[in-house]
Amino acid sequence: MLYRPLMSVRISRQTRHDFSKESLRHETSPRSGVDVLTAAGCEITQWDSDDRVPKQELIKNIAGKDGLFCLLTDRIDRKVLDAAGPQLKVIGTMSGGYDHIDTGECKKRGIPIGYTPDVLTNATAELTVALLLATSRRLKEGMNAVVDGKWGTWSPLWLCGQGLDGATVGVVGLGRIGLAVAKRLQPFGVKQFLYTGNSPKEGAKEIGANFVDFDTLVKESDFVLGCCALTDKNKGLFNADVFKKMKKTAIFINTSRGGLVVQEDLYDALKSGEILAAGLDVTTPEPLPTDSPLLGLENCVVIPHIGSANMKTRCAMSELTARNILAVFNGVPMPCPLLV
Amino acid sequence: MPKLPRVYVTRNIPKPGLDLLREECEVEVWDSDDAIPKDELLKHVPGIDGLLCMLTDRIDKEVLEAAGPQLKCVGTMSVGYEHIDVEECKSREIRVSNTPNVSTDSVSELTVALLLLTSRRLLEGVDAVKQGAWGKWKPMWLCGMEMVHRTIGILGLGRIGYGVARRLKPFGVSKIIYHDVCKVSYADDVGAEFVPFDQLVAESDVICICCNLTPQTKHKFNMVTFKKMKKHAILINSGRGGVVHHDDLFDALTSGEIGAAGLDVTEPEPLPASHPLVSLHNCIILPHMGSNTIDSRNSMAETAAKNILACFSNKDAIGDVIVYR
Repeated sequence: MLYRPLMSVRISRQTRHDFSKESLRHETSPRSGVDVLTAAGCEITQWDSDDRVPKQELIKNIAGKDGLFCLLTDRIDRKVLDAAGPQLKVIGTMSGGYDHIDTGECKKRGIPIGYTPDVLTNATAELTVALLLATSRRLKEGMNAVVDGKWGTWSPLWLCGQGLDGATVGVVGLGRIGLAVAKRLQPFGVKQFLYTGNSPKEGAKEIGANFVDFDTLVKESDFVLGCCALTDKNKGLFNADVFKKMKKTAIFINTSRGGLVVQEDLYDALKSGEILAAGLDVTTPEPLPTDSPLLGLENCVVIPHIGSANMKTRCAMSELTARNILAVFNGVPMPCPLLV
Repeated sequence: MPKLPRVYVTRNIPKPGLDLLREECEVEVWDSDDAIPKDELLKHVPGIDGLLCMLTDRIDKEVLEAAGPQLKCVGTMSVGYEHIDVEECKSREIRVSNTPNVSTDSVSELTVALLLLTSRRLLEGVDAVKQGAWGKWKPMWLCGMEMVHRTIGILGLGRIGYGVARRLKPFGVSKIIYHDVCKVSYADDVGAEFVPFDQLVAESDVICICCNLTPQTKHKFNMVTFKKMKKHAILINSGRGGVVHHDDLFDALTSGEIGAAGLDVTEPEPLPASHPLVSLHNCIILPHMGSNTIDSRNSMAETAAKNILACFSNKDAIGDVIVYR
């Protein structure tokens, strides 16, 4: 039987990627998702672009397909599922997040969803630490000073930041990524890890982290890290009240989803000195418009959602997504099913 | 009542240091955040007993001559002391001290921060957001180098180099190798293997320069070295700018001889904004921020002050470079 998955983005571009234009060279990448699906005999329809597929095109092309290979930029809602038809057997998303998929609707229709946690844990945890350090040590201001010619001779009091040594780090969501972040922070001399979530986690023992309620975490932490999945229950979790409860010297880092934060409240808190600084890899919306007030703040570092951005990880995500899809076609358990 | 020793401080330093000195000395301060010009320094040193200086102050024969034979000690608020003519101080029996240890954690942390900033292309990311080059999420955009399974090479496994190695371990690096003037026993604590310099250069995916500037290390990283490095390799320098030949580095980065560089120290400092390295996407430059945490700077000021006081009471200092008793 010939299975026909629909791919919402032209993944095959990565295999012809012009490596010489990258300022960092990379070794040969593993096979991409397209190769895996093609080798298995699938007939693939692809959105032939590096840019995301417009909704109308997605709706037009998904009709009659057996599988959907999508990205986090594709909103998979009732309309899309209706357009697909009852023969749609599986959705594979090339992401760790799944807030872009109506999981309730998929459950009703008996459509399993595959996603890609684990393979992106290391890359995302590493990026979270990079962003935390860039924020706490004021590296954006440093880099800008060099470029703008504002670097004078060495001075003891210029651009001083916060060290991790002796700090209390609060991780909101000690899942795979949160735990991986905490392990990387340990040798920096962190005095105490706190974490919060639905329930205590086994992995917490590895870093001696204390399970506390959300209020305690925000009040006692020098660094507050957003590492949890975005759900209906925690949308807008970080708001004006929470920023008021945080220390005035606290640093907030978010690498989960922009929707976790009430962005206007964050702006106010940073501007008024309610908290010291923030580092964001995710925002609302994405991309963040260039006139966003957050970009005018010295104490806010914004980077463009590059949490899992390295070749090996992206190729692994692509391959895993293809294998998730193929598993359903072959009637075997998915390597990485989303269980919600 | 015995006269209090006179100390001149060449910059506005954190209060904890000044307070300590003022308890036991007559203190005069160049009350500015900027470096003291040479002619001003020469005007203020005559007759002093102790000099507390910064790494921006060249303490040479001229300064020591101007101070006079009663000058007992020169203490720098830094770890590096290549700005002090130690030989000249030796011949005049002047004690020289620095501030080791107290800033080690800050500098190790900053070195790792700079490494991650470079390997994960955060400068390009920040710029892309500012300039509106951030589109909808794309799988292959701004991909960087991950630390997992990499070989890290450290030149100079001293306090700072060791601190860097310790912090990189949980990132999943597969190997840490180092080169130094000799093997060190504590390398075993981080599983670091001593190798010859050429092997460090050839095998490392990331090289961190954590050594002093000496005649042996000056311009050690030049085009000959860059040609031996891996084409995707990243060079990080938080030691001293003079270890790297900057023109050769520019050529190496633009011709693809190495992948990227992150510099917290340059030659000269400050590096002018017009310097060719500043315009490169694959070269991140920080304005010598190594020890820039409030805690570190306070500790450095206190330690420098304590070093000076130790000299006056004939005791051991925390950071004796040379001592006479």
